[in-house]
Amino acid sequence: MASHRLGVAVFVLVATAILAAESEPNQVESEQLQDVGGSPDAVFSDAEGGFKTGDGASETVPGQAETPPHPVETGQADSAGRRVSIEVGSDRVEEPVADEELENLQAEFDLQDAPQQSEPVPTPRDHFAEELVIRPLLSGDIYTSFQFRTRWDTDLHRGKKVSHYRLFPKSLGQVISKFSVRELHISFTQGFWRTAQWGQPLLSAPPGAELWVWFQDSVADVDGAWRELTSVLSGIFCASLNFIDSTNTVQPSASFKPMGLGNVTEQRFLRYAVLPREIVCTENLTPWKKLLPCESQAGLAVLLKSEKLFHSSYHSQAVHIRPVCKDSACRETSWELSQTLGIVFDLHASGQSKREWSLFKMFSRTLTEPCPLASSSKVYVDVTDNPQGEELFDLSPAVSLQTQAVVLGDRRTFTVYDLLTPEPYGPTRSLNILLKWRQQVSVDMQRPVLHTERYVSGYGLQTGEINTLLYNSHPFRAFPVLLMETVPWYLRLYIHTLTVQSKGKENKPSYIHYLPSKDRQRPHLLEMLVQLPPHSVTKVTVQFERALLKWTEYTPDPNHGFYVSSSVVSAMVPSVVAMDTNSTEGRPLFTTLFHSTEESSYFMRVYSEPLLVNLPTPDFSMPYNVICLTSTVVAVGYGSLYNLLTRTFQVEEPSGGLTKRLANVIRRLRGVPAL
Amino acid sequence: MAACRLVSWCLTVFTLLFLFCYRITVATDEIEVCTSRFWFNYRHVANTLSVYRSVKRLGIPDSHIVLMLADDMACNHRNPKPATVFSHKNMELNVYGDDVEVDYRGYEVTVENFLRVLTGRFPPSTPRSKRLLSDDRSNILIYMTVPLISNSFCRYNELLFIIDTCQGASMYERFYSPNVMALASSQVGEDSLSHQPDLAIGVHLMDRYTFYLLEFLEDIHPASQANMNDLFKVCPKSLCVSTPGHRIDLFQRNPRSVLITDFFGSVRKVEITTEPVKLIPNISEKDEKLTEEVMLTEPQKYVEQMPVAEIIHQIYFGTFERYWIGKFHGVSRISPEVRISKPYQTILFGGSVYKNSYRRGLSRGE
Repeated sequence: MASHRLGVAVFVLVATAILAAESEPNQVESEQLQDVGGSPDAVFSDAEGGFKTGDGASETVPGQAETPPHPVETGQADSAGRRVSIEVGSDRVEEPVADEELENLQAEFDLQDAPQQSEPVPTPRDHFAEELVIRPLLSGDIYTSFQFRTRWDTDLHRGKKVSHYRLFPKSLGQVISKFSVRELHISFTQGFWRTAQWGQPLLSAPPGAELWVWFQDSVADVDGAWRELTSVLSGIFCASLNFIDSTNTVQPSASFKPMGLGNVTEQRFLRYAVLPREIVCTENLTPWKKLLPCESQAGLAVLLKSEKLFHSSYHSQAVHIRPVCKDSACRETSWELSQTLGIVFDLHASGQSKREWSLFKMFSRTLTEPCPLASSSKVYVDVTDNPQGEELFDLSPAVSLQTQAVVLGDRRTFTVYDLLTPEPYGPTRSLNILLKWRQQVSVDMQRPVLHTERYVSGYGLQTGEINTLLYNSHPFRAFPVLLMETVPWYLRLYIHTLTVQSKGKENKPSYIHYLPSKDRQRPHLLEMLVQLPPHSVTKVTVQFERALLKWTEYTPDPNHGFYVSSSVVSAMVPSVVAMDTNSTEGRPLFTTLFHSTEESSYFMRVYSEPLLVNLPTPDFSMPYNVICLTSTVVAVGYGSLYNLLTRTFQVEEPSGGLTKRLANVIRRLRGVPAL
Repeated sequence: MAACRLVSWCLTVFTLLFLFCYRITVATDEIEVCTSRFWFNYRHVANTLSVYRSVKRLGIPDSHIVLMLADDMACNHRNPKPATVFSHKNMELNVYGDDVEVDYRGYEVTVENFLRVLTGRFPPSTPRSKRLLSDDRSNILIYMTVPLISNSFCRYNELLFIIDTCQGASMYERFYSPNVMALASSQVGEDSLSHQPDLAIGVHLMDRYTFYLLEFLEDIHPASQANMNDLFKVCPKSLCVSTPGHRIDLFQRNPRSVLITDFFGSVRKVEITTEPVKLIPNISEKDEKLTEEVMLTEPQKYVEQMPVAEIIHQIYFGTFERYWIGKFHGVSRISPEVRISKPYQTILFGGSVYKNSYRRGLSRGE
């Protein structure tokens, strides 16, 4: 009750604050602006310096797609296609690099001219490979996963600036060297991966935007670099990543380890943030496509049409940059840029109930050629559930090439279409992979070994409880998982109510890391290492209280609720078959994302649902209501009293009404004296 | 082959497409309360995107366009065709396109950010795509669907302001900066009306003024000679229902001599040099040197993703600390075997709740 009273008091305060602030808001704003623009000269000079670069970029941009380009530019457009993408991408980086760019430009021209002058071309130090994995899901949906991998044998952190970029996107290369980034992982996801129905994705990601970065140990001010990096990335990817600040950034102590080479695992060089409400749409895909060497002009990327990609149940695009071994000796490092895109199509939802898939149906395009810059270009179709003899579906065109790979602890069989050979294209010179289900299958989906659920329970707007369920469906093996929860400060966790229960018994975590929140400064971080018993459900609960926000801290649509980011579950899951711990060379790209060091288990990361929590929201129309009510009271109460007090009362002479006059007329006619 | 260099020395044209999201935090008397979030304001997004489409078609690159969209209509869950925004009924013209780049979106679209774009005062790490990188030779086109206070800013050569909103003329009446031309879709006291409901999408697709503006701009090509006087006539009252207005007294030139493409397009001039330019490569030599240096380093290893033993034996605290943590937080359920890592210390000494109550207690005592 006390808190309710407090709440009312706060509402009243809020109301007065609104009334006070509304009188002079204009001035407040201009003061704020002046504060930030404290040194306008510096800002302007920066902008001017940058402008040169922007201008340089505009030189190389050919006419837009619909415009008939200038005659001179037409000749340029084909040969300079790649260069254009670099320039367009790079003009988003704030560093003014006009001279460098010119140098780069000249070098590009030289490379193009080289064959004509019959000079030996230096062997490129960068490779590009592209691949598409198509996996029919037993639920009737289809999962397609693109991966584009650029590998560059150079060191971006050397003292001298790298100025010549070929396949590696310059915009990202400059970001890596400027902010001394060792590893960068960013993902944008729309929709939620339903592990229980779809199994494990090749690479999982939480709904919204996720960004985690390892900095070099030479970085002194990690927070500053992180802040700048997020705003630069927000420019590159057209996303609201600049909303990442200290209130949603954490430094996980154990859940995230570098995926690439490196010995430093000190958590102070790691930053992790999730924006669960970030929308993902065409404007995020456009810059992502521009990072590709062939953009969406050739190769697998021609399939990336936003109208089709976003008409899907799940869409997740990601960029991973990490240093990897150049060869099996691992004395040298290369930079690896993986761009992944996972989509789950639901043909039932789009009105085509026939269980029949084709590239054309999914992407409204077919494949006609590989990207000419790619050293490998392949399409894999998962046919593990389609063994010889008892086929569930027909696949056409049929090719003889098959390969086996160990994916997420299981041996899978794939049909391979190698786009660099002319074979798959056939006489029509276009590849349209068609997959036709033979009968209505009702195969029971084998439950994934690990999956997770999360929900909020409780009633009212004061307290609640976060419940996380961890399922281990392995029949006889227990395995450890690391659970990481990041909760915003406005949900105040009661850490003493933390319980971990498996099979009705308490399950003591062997490691707990808890960093309490600070109001308006940092979120709660809770990490724990839990051993999941075989064939069990482990329930982690913690209670919380909702805080009251200041009235300026509410979003424009506060009644929608506030998001709590997904919890991250990292696990070493026992594998069915021996994992391949050898070098990553020669294997399909999708099997080499996590480096496995053990044969008996594999590493996996699973994300739970994000939570949507309602906070006590004041009625923002209250000031208006208060003004109306007060004015009414004043008008009616005071007005009538004033009227009574100031009015002079006079006795009115009776003037005689109409009836009286009529009566008098009648009386006169009768000869009786008038009234 | 003669190397030719593209030389462009045209007037750069910048475009600021702005869809204003009203936040209750920034109320002023001049601003009408009008929010362009939410699905039923689809047409505001379509308005803005149609102008975006036109200027992009006429040659202005994305780096010179600042596009602000207050809500996500294209990938809104209510949109029956995701990743599209249509300006004509029967889904004829998709103004969202396949290569749109939105610079400010969602909650970023605030009055503060709009003023920052206009005045050029940004936090230092603001990316280039979110700045208006104009100079004194740039022409600027500002298109808005909701009114806002005006501001003087001397960062342009000529400025064209287009306002499609109710009572639009009230907006440009306050202008006093030179070289500004302003157009509004309605006079003071008038409403600006919407056009074309679509049954499949379920909302109005566009406002009338912008609809006819888009129809007009669709016929413009980079070499067309249409001038501003034609622009003033795009939407007569018979079509718009409201009365579009314009203001030219601040503008130095005669509108008849100002081409539409001065603001909506960017025409590049290309010079071809006949003298060949010799370029000398020296990339391969550099590369070899690099390789030698790198070869000297030790073999490197990948880190184990989940080193369980290492995690458990991170920083370990003694009995004393654990006792106090238990005492403060009642963590009786965490057994003595539990390893508690360092940050628990903050609860002991620096937890904000306890610190504050401690301070409050002190001040009361005083």
